[in-house]
Amino acid sequence: MAGYILRRLLQAIPVFIGTTFLIYFMVFALPGDPIIALFGDKTPNPAVVAQLRAQYHLDQPFVVQYLIYMGGIFRGDFGISFSGQPVTEILARTFPVTLRLAVIALLIETIAGILVGMVAGLRKGKLFDGTTLAISLILISLPVFVIAFVAQFVFGVQLGWARTTVGEGAPTIDLILPAIVLASISFAQIVRLTRSSVIETSSLDFVRTAYSKGLGRGRIIPVHILRNSLIPVVTYLATDFGVLLVGATVTEGIFNVPGVGNTLYQAIIRGEGPTVVSFVTVMVLIYLLVNLAVDLLYGLLDPRIRYVK
Amino acid sequence: MSSVSNPRRDAGAPLLEIKNLQVGFQTQNGTVQAVRGASLSLRAGETLAIVGESGSGKSTTAHAIINLLPGSGRITGGEILFEGRDLAKLSQKEMEDVRGKLIGFVPQDPMSNLNPVWSIGFQVEEAIKANGIATGKREIKKHAIEVLKEAGLGDADKRLRQFPHQFSGGMRQRVLIGMGLSSRPKLLIADEPTSALDVTVQRTILDNLDKLTREIGTALLFITHDLGLAAERAEHLVVMYKGQVVESGPSREILQNPLHPYTQRLVAAAPSLASRRIQSSSHSLGDLDYSAPRSVEGLDLIAAAEHRAELQAEAPQREDSIVVENLTKVYKIRGAKGDFKAVDDVSFAIERGTTTALVGESGSGKSTVAKMLLRLEDATDGKILINGTDTAPLRGKELLALRRRMQPVFQDPYGSLDPLRNIGNTIGEPLVTHNIGDRTSRRERVLELLEQVSLPATLSTRYPNELSGGQRQRVAIARALALKPDIVILDEAVSALDVLVQAQILQLLSDLQGELGLTYLFITHDLAVVRVIADNVCVMQRGRIVEKASTDEVFDRPQMEYTKELLNAIPGAGIALGV
Repeated sequence: MAGYILRRLLQAIPVFIGTTFLIYFMVFALPGDPIIALFGDKTPNPAVVAQLRAQYHLDQPFVVQYLIYMGGIFRGDFGISFSGQPVTEILARTFPVTLRLAVIALLIETIAGILVGMVAGLRKGKLFDGTTLAISLILISLPVFVIAFVAQFVFGVQLGWARTTVGEGAPTIDLILPAIVLASISFAQIVRLTRSSVIETSSLDFVRTAYSKGLGRGRIIPVHILRNSLIPVVTYLATDFGVLLVGATVTEGIFNVPGVGNTLYQAIIRGEGPTVVSFVTVMVLIYLLVNLAVDLLYGLLDPRIRYVK
Repeated sequence: MSSVSNPRRDAGAPLLEIKNLQVGFQTQNGTVQAVRGASLSLRAGETLAIVGESGSGKSTTAHAIINLLPGSGRITGGEILFEGRDLAKLSQKEMEDVRGKLIGFVPQDPMSNLNPVWSIGFQVEEAIKANGIATGKREIKKHAIEVLKEAGLGDADKRLRQFPHQFSGGMRQRVLIGMGLSSRPKLLIADEPTSALDVTVQRTILDNLDKLTREIGTALLFITHDLGLAAERAEHLVVMYKGQVVESGPSREILQNPLHPYTQRLVAAAPSLASRRIQSSSHSLGDLDYSAPRSVEGLDLIAAAEHRAELQAEAPQREDSIVVENLTKVYKIRGAKGDFKAVDDVSFAIERGTTTALVGESGSGKSTVAKMLLRLEDATDGKILINGTDTAPLRGKELLALRRRMQPVFQDPYGSLDPLRNIGNTIGEPLVTHNIGDRTSRRERVLELLEQVSLPATLSTRYPNELSGGQRQRVAIARALALKPDIVILDEAVSALDVLVQAQILQLLSDLQGELGLTYLFITHDLAVVRVIADNVCVMQRGRIVEKASTDEVFDRPQMEYTKELLNAIPGAGIALGV
């Protein structure tokens, strides 16, 4: 087991190098000059431009820029953003916010999604099942910003249950509404996934055998159906957690959450290589760790999966 | 066994009495009746077998008893009286008390009937707990070990914590039997309990099941498609066909004097019975003066085997089509120290136009030999000569030419056809691959092939899901014949089929061999089938050929203990048959 984890962590190294290189290259290849763009409509002063270029190593060839940057990372230095802040500071400020948002969203979609999906699956073809399928289809079809604006308007403006914007240093409770919005689409996916998985498992031979042993539904559903049905759901949750960390851009924008998505979006627009690459690097690391955690979780859910040294 | 020798039997009311049972399945096109007025009765301590092909309603009847019909199945009429109570009228809750406690159930496929995510101990213990057989953790565990030991798991105490995937099929079936009998039920329903297992394992497990039910005094309702097996294991037989009981009575009587045409067909088609019969006549197959009742529609294994034997006797000495010399295949196992020798120094030769059967249990290496012959795997060591050519160095065009002359048919008629291609395209695909003929000539060839395997030409535009298992296997055979090969490798090609369909396919293979002069390598675990189709037999055990002789010789004078075991495992040994 320990050997397996170590091997997986070692495998992460080439992935790490590869992704940072790719991202760095893509930012480098973006059209437009980020330094000129900083001056907006004003005519740039050539001396200032040259000084800025040197400061951000933009006068060096691409590979040298990349190596300088990577060298920094290993010393814990993620570079400096165009606004003069160290990237590490921005990371430290934004990641906890997004992480909190993602965890709340994940909890909501997991608990509600599995519960609703399970009931729908067990009552296949009944009213509850049909209603659930229809609602989940609507949720999947709606763009997230529509859900976000409607939620913001109904719960924030009309009912006044939640604050419409979050802003810097807001308490966790303010994150619940954006988290629900964020969770809504994945919730629909999890409902459908759990439902079909439960239906499939329910028709398997060992479930019939469990009935033939004289067990009641109250035992068979949680013990023999639900546990076996969770494996595909766990796979989905893992990738979704990654998506929540990265793809919250729109929701964070609408609710003005000072999180990763928002910040990354701004950095991409400005062509800030170090900031973009640093954010993506951290995301890649999180993704790798989450995936490892999920693979280990499989082992707990399904004893057939064992790790070869 | 006569009724006098069984002291447990009382003359009172039957334990189980099914009267005019009707079971229907809801489909989009209305209700489909799976069971149409089945009746049977079983006294305490007796054994009764329901025999029939798939779709005959035998399993549905069994599932209806414990109200575990799959999907949309409902009991639409009739009574199921168990100790005088009508089970069809019980509520779910009341049924829970009957299941497991009064009526045990042993399912068909041991691979899919244990929950893969819970340990064996957990699954046995929960059955014991649910039926109130023991209370307290320690007591329950003790009882679980006891039950498993009875069922033939000697080291049950050590294996309680293990998971189903760490058990072999036979061991899992023992667990399921132990579970089914754990609360000493009055009736045990065994639904094809051993059809997924190797023959020798089947025998020990059924012997054990016999012994246990006798000791406990449990009545046994045994469901099988194999008439020989049914007659050997049960006192009474019920033959089901299309949802109805067509014949019932004492096993021996039915077997010796089947009255209904369907039963007669079953008797004629059962390979176990056919091989016994061929064996019990002391003549060699060629002189066997046997005439089948004409009602069996030409579906007669013995007649087919006889015909084959005559043809082979007339044929002159022929050269070898396949020669295998010292063939070895070694697999490296990740993490393990030693390598695994799947095939170990195997040599045999097959004459052109004859059939050699490669017999062995699962894991004996017989399929690996087939893969190496087909060049789907490379041999670690040894030589394969096809018509005198060493196949190992062949590459590219030469390999394609080799494949053209040697075609496979695999076991699973469901898995070996592409569901997205129609039958015509499937059969014609090899012609396209090998660039033979044009559109029109290929079409003609496909129709010719369909006729050869006795399928209607209209099938060429249909898709695999519209065909029955037997039809699909015919399609697979037609595809194999498309390139006019000299050699066909049949890897368990009839094992997944019902006896009647199996008999048809065996006959087809036999006819095609006579017509086209094909050479067959027939891989199977079932010696009974070998008796009617093969000229020579190689028995494999743990990667080695342990016995190699003509079929007559192997059946008349088996040399090795293992071969004798395999022969003994063919059901129907103790039944006198009217030849």
